[in-house]
Amino acid sequence: MKVLVTGIAGAIGRLVATRLLDAGHEVIGIDRRPWYHPPDGIRVFQHDIRKRPAEDVFRTQLPEALIHMATVTHLTHRSEDRFRINLGGTQAVFDHCHTYGVKRAIFVGRHTYYGAGPDSALYHTESEPPMAVHTFPELSDLVAADLYAGSALWRYPEVDTAVLRICYTLGPLRQGTLASFLRGPRVPMVLGFDPLFQFVHELDAADAICTALGHRDGGNDGRGLRGVFNVAGPPPVPLSVMIRQAGRVAVPLPELAFNLLLGRFGLPRLPPGALEHVKHPVVIDSSAFHGATGWQAKHDEDTTLHDFRVATDAR
Amino acid sequence: MIPASLIPLPIDPQVAARVDALELPFNRHGVDPYGIDKRELARLYTLIGWFYRRYFDVEVLGTGHVPPRGRAMLVGNHSGGVALDAVMVIASAFFELEPPRLAQGMVEKFIQKVPFLAWFTSRIGQLTGLPEHCVRLLEDERLLLVFPEGARGTAKLYRERDSLVGFGTGFVRLALQTSTPIVPFAFVGGGEAIPTVANLYRAGKLLGVPYLPVTPYVAPVPLPVSLKLVYGRPMMLQGSPSDSDEVIAGHVAAIKNRIASLLTQGRALREGRLSSTEIDFG
Repeated sequence: MKVLVTGIAGAIGRLVATRLLDAGHEVIGIDRRPWYHPPDGIRVFQHDIRKRPAEDVFRTQLPEALIHMATVTHLTHRSEDRFRINLGGTQAVFDHCHTYGVKRAIFVGRHTYYGAGPDSALYHTESEPPMAVHTFPELSDLVAADLYAGSALWRYPEVDTAVLRICYTLGPLRQGTLASFLRGPRVPMVLGFDPLFQFVHELDAADAICTALGHRDGGNDGRGLRGVFNVAGPPPVPLSVMIRQAGRVAVPLPELAFNLLLGRFGLPRLPPGALEHVKHPVVIDSSAFHGATGWQAKHDEDTTLHDFRVATDAR
Repeated sequence: MIPASLIPLPIDPQVAARVDALELPFNRHGVDPYGIDKRELARLYTLIGWFYRRYFDVEVLGTGHVPPRGRAMLVGNHSGGVALDAVMVIASAFFELEPPRLAQGMVEKFIQKVPFLAWFTSRIGQLTGLPEHCVRLLEDERLLLVFPEGARGTAKLYRERDSLVGFGTGFVRLALQTSTPIVPFAFVGGGEAIPTVANLYRAGKLLGVPYLPVTPYVAPVPLPVSLKLVYGRPMMLQGSPSDSDEVIAGHVAAIKNRIASLLTQGRALREGRLSSTEIDFG
């Protein structure tokens, strides 16, 4: 299969691309960022997915499948630009899928879609609304992109679309939201709160994406995976356990001091909305994805944290 | 209610052995998929075990009616200005049943907003009272503890201590949806342990709780009194979760009547007008 990966130069993007290449697929990618020495057989086009040259890649290369990972998640990124890339970019690539006959599309989204709050349930299922819009307004563009991608299921029924809401990824690449939070030697907690955190090994995340792409629905003429699916790794662990297992020191701060001290004394910087996500859990139920594809994470929580710890200690 | 990590409360080795006998899927960190922590449970049960066995004079009848395994809903009356009733029911399920079981309450939403309480209740499996939690725990074959009176129930004053206020109806629909047996129970003596003479609603609001109970000696500290806990025979409801309000109200009334009957008998037992062999469990 000829697969186009947007956001291919990102940490998980590279893993996915390499894995697809090893599985015998033809892999092309689009990214604004360079990937200087990709493995032989992977062609990277350095374009902005919202611009004409990106559409030209669809038109001239005619990929059969799309994996859309070109969303900006760094919350320190300028919000207007984020909004344009995350929402405008998602709209553009799904429109191109329709126009240029792409058969399968995977949108790689995030479990933070569900948001965290004192009254939110453990183990969110796919039918639940995105409370993150309310609890974490900085995430609203990602929530909108997720919902927009899901709308391709009825707008472009000929494209088999799967939206994956993947929990935090962690591992030796030290990339992503959770890795940034755990980067320093001291990790802040809000005093009196110890929420469950759910994460998946980077290799497992890449594996889940490839599994979703390769899935054939025997009961539906061998068509691809369709629908919205949560993707989680091992069962969640309390934040304090995660910090300890990652070899870090937990610094419990009263809520008032928490926001004042972030970004100082070696503590990570967080946007204001992240406070609820450090006080309350976002835990997802991924049984639907397991039921549809049989996929299961291969790395447990200890191995995942160990791999992350070894990689950060080596630096 | 301070987490063990801050003030290390002692652990009784016998209690720790019973915690090991709980049939819950703990991982190697001693944490289950809902975040229930074995260490915190052992500390909690050591603490409340002292209240259960030494401080109060607790008598529990009909524990044989609580299923030893599989889903079930313990449904009873609130008695006492703070959730003393819940603590004693949780203690009885742990100390009286073989193997011990963790009764998981459906907690008021404000708890998750209060520092330390949020932490502690999460680690001991007392989750927010949401229908999603209720269904998920029952489908995981857990033992659920439900007080259909809600916060109105704990707000009962001393003179109203054996009354029942309005019941919610959600628990009946959820029991029907998940085919869960309901074990009715009555808790008598909570009103004597914490004799509430007034509830301060405004002061409570300032502290982020629904109200503050006031006793003749001001603070809602429980007195070492006699407590009776009577579990009735399980009730298996027949019907559909989407039945009309009238049908559901009929189920609720039947359960409420059963609890009222257990409550009257528990009161008579506490006052020595009835012996434990004469109880009609329904």
